[in-house]
Amino acid sequence: MSGALPKIRMRGVKKAFGPKRVLDGVDLDVAAGQGMVILGGSGSGKSVTIKCILGLIEPDEGVIEIDGVDVLKLPRREREALGDRIGMLFQNGALFDSLPVWENVCFKLLAQNRITRAKAREKAVEVLAQVGLAETVGDLSPAELSGGMQKRVALARAIAAQPDIIFFDEPTTGLDPIMGAVIDGLIVDCVKRLGATAVSITHDMASARRIGETAAMIHKGRIVWTGPAGNLGHSGNAMVDQFANGEREGPIQMELRR
Amino acid sequence: MAAILLDPLAALGRATLGACRTLGDVALFALEAVSHLVRPPFYGRLFWAAFVEVAWFSLPVVALTAVFTGMVLALQSYTGFARFNAQSAIASVVVISLVRELGPVLAALMVAGRIGASFAAEIGTMRVTDQIDALTTLSTNPMKYLVAPRLLAATLALPLLVLVADILGVMGGWLIGTLKLGFVSAAYLKSTFDFLQTGDVISGLVKAAVFGFIIALMGTWCGYRSKGGAQGVGGATTAAVVASSILILALDYVLTEIFFAQ
Repeated sequence: MSGALPKIRMRGVKKAFGPKRVLDGVDLDVAAGQGMVILGGSGSGKSVTIKCILGLIEPDEGVIEIDGVDVLKLPRREREALGDRIGMLFQNGALFDSLPVWENVCFKLLAQNRITRAKAREKAVEVLAQVGLAETVGDLSPAELSGGMQKRVALARAIAAQPDIIFFDEPTTGLDPIMGAVIDGLIVDCVKRLGATAVSITHDMASARRIGETAAMIHKGRIVWTGPAGNLGHSGNAMVDQFANGEREGPIQMELRR
Repeated sequence: MAAILLDPLAALGRATLGACRTLGDVALFALEAVSHLVRPPFYGRLFWAAFVEVAWFSLPVVALTAVFTGMVLALQSYTGFARFNAQSAIASVVVISLVRELGPVLAALMVAGRIGASFAAEIGTMRVTDQIDALTTLSTNPMKYLVAPRLLAATLALPLLVLVADILGVMGGWLIGTLKLGFVSAAYLKSTFDFLQTGDVISGLVKAAVFGFIIALMGTWCGYRSKGGAQGVGGATTAAVVASSILILALDYVLTEIFFAQ
């Protein structure tokens, strides 16, 4: 990593739920404008890591900085304001069922009264076009959309307010390989167009190589490797290569849960 | 031997601590929600949608309950009062029972079943499908967006519903009184209004507002704290209805004591 100030910096972040320690001292740097992919098995702490950065979960210990500012020490109001610069695509889309697609897309702008409803409709059409959806989709309810379309709408919602950091939680889960590749392509295009920093978590190696420039592997609540996403599968780190190549034998042993 | 004696005590202690923790959580939840009612931004559209849901769409079930309650009350009062030749008191008994007690309590129990369950299911589903987290990432406080408008809507809508229930309940009693029990319509109505005081109506409406707040609070709190998928949402919905029904009956007694003392 160069000497430039990282966009996101985590140091010694720990989080336990009852007796279970999920994060055990996460250290991670994400450079500005970079696409970082966080890999790891189920229950390794990937989602908790990004939820800590987003402020959805309060860590027990550690430092989380965005642009050099320790977000955990910020007053609540300033921390909420930080959310204006962040977008998030949830694993299942998390679209609001009670609202039509166009209101979902422009939700943040409408909720903050940054735009009139008429303008929001126009803006939604524009953003939906960026993710390859027709204007008519705007009037549908999320329940009327296929899984791929829901992901596109969720992506449109994540980028509508032009954030400078975007998180993607398993963006291709539940999609067929072709649709997964389409979503990955849209993610790369949108992130590039916004000049944003992107942090994704995924199990899908093909997706990780497509959307990530760098990758980090988390295991048992610690970052055990970081490197170029292109090296996944031949990184020289036995744990990463076992995970990336989907090998049964290796340093990562499946743990039986009691 | 000591364990046999101490185990029930330990269980009682744990249950008491758990109850205190829950009570504290509900109180803090309510305080935070109320604090959002006086701090911008305000979500007028959401308030109006919740108000229409509570007041307008609950009207049929509350109206039917009130009419039949008034009719039954008139019949039952007649059966009892006829033994003392006090049939003339039926109209006043019907109106005072309805306005002070049965109107607010029965309307609130009906609304608890309808609205408490609906709030818990909707917010619970949003919780387990990450929609509440999504609100936070979209710079929107979920307490302000989801809870505060519902609390205000139910608190304001219940008194209106109870007012309608009072009128319909009295009409139910009047129908039975005039059509079945042989009362003269004008005499029945005069007897109704002669005995009714403003304080009776106000105490019923204050109860209704408190019950409305409780229904929305328990519905939103149970939904907000739900976890574990469909089963969790189902549990939250049941808990919301049971908790609000019990609280309505308990608070009815407390409020009656307060009004009675005055």
